[in-house]
Amino acid sequence: MNYMRDRLLKILQKVTSQPLDVGDEDSLFESGVLDSFALPDLVSGLEQEFSFKVPDSDLNPRKFDSIARIEAYVSEHAR
Amino acid sequence: MSYLHAFGAHLPARVVENAELASQLGCTSEWIESASGIRARRWAGQETVADLAVAAARDCLSRAGLEASHLGLIIVSSGSAERRFPGPASTVAAALGLNATPVLDLPIASAGAIFALSLASQLTSCYGEILVIAAEKMSTVIQGAPLDQNTAILFGDGAGAALVSSRPGRIEVLDSVLHTDGANRDDLALDLTGPLRMNGLTVILQVSRKLPAVIQEVLRRAGIAPAAVKQFVMHQANQNLIMKVAKSLAVDSSLMFSNIARYGNTSSASMLIAASEWEPAPGPVVFAGFGAGFNWGALVARVA
Repeated sequence: MNYMRDRLLKILQKVTSQPLDVGDEDSLFESGVLDSFALPDLVSGLEQEFSFKVPDSDLNPRKFDSIARIEAYVSEHAR
Repeated sequence: MSYLHAFGAHLPARVVENAELASQLGCTSEWIESASGIRARRWAGQETVADLAVAAARDCLSRAGLEASHLGLIIVSSGSAERRFPGPASTVAAALGLNATPVLDLPIASAGAIFALSLASQLTSCYGEILVIAAEKMSTVIQGAPLDQNTAILFGDGAGAALVSSRPGRIEVLDSVLHTDGANRDDLALDLTGPLRMNGLTVILQVSRKLPAVIQEVLRRAGIAPAAVKQFVMHQANQNLIMKVAKSLAVDSSLMFSNIARYGNTSSASMLIAASEWEPAPGPVVFAGFGAGFNWGALVARVA
């Protein structure tokens, strides 16, 4: 497991009360890992951990709907 | 300068407890309350949006000790009015016995009350006494077959009102800020034939950012720190959201006025219904709202 992935999984685990037994491509919303009130916490957690700001135009749930999508977003924007 | 002289409200008599909805939606009362903070809401039955608005207007004018004939302008916010035009404002004016007082409908749903309050506070020098009303019959726009669990648990009916005037009073409006971003206009919408459509994930994600930001913006302009605010009277959208805003602002959750448990989310009416139950204490107070569009805004006032 790479270091960045480990960090984002820790944030994901912190904001959800559900176990992270999902595949990389599985929907975090459909699996119940994330709900509408955990998602803003995830975004805030990623911003703090990786020192970047998610612009309002990127506040789209689809960008954070799976571990793979979160990893791709963070890889693109993290400093 | 403008002042908030009185608030008023009207809630329909019929109380719809969570248990009544839970049986139709295949969920539990406890789940509804944990997801929203709501225990009950009111449904209007035969009352129209204008009926609700008139009742709230009369309550507000009575509390203000003002005759309707002294009004210079009426603004009525509703996203659930029964027809395209004329909107409920004309009916309200006629019911109050007015035949030449200008009225304005504001059909932008949940943010309508904060938009109307902000606009009114800037128009008092032209129109004098301005009555702001927000009235919603959300029970009609959540009805689908089957009911949509995401919206059916949230919404209720009701109306609130505020009297805004240039006459000095106890609550002085200091500043307000309004914003609109149409990028997500389809994520919360009511077409000509309902029911209401709501992408809850997007709405909550956007409002969690935008609402604290606009509150901080208006407070910064007024030179007031969030910690100095005595009360936040916001759109009663969801108790979990209200608590999230408190956390973002780093203020105690007890400062967030809340009556959503009893009335649910009454869209634009909720902020003024809340204001009608709020007991002003000396110091700064913030009003704020967010809704379809997306539209959002905040107003800061000072209670003497």
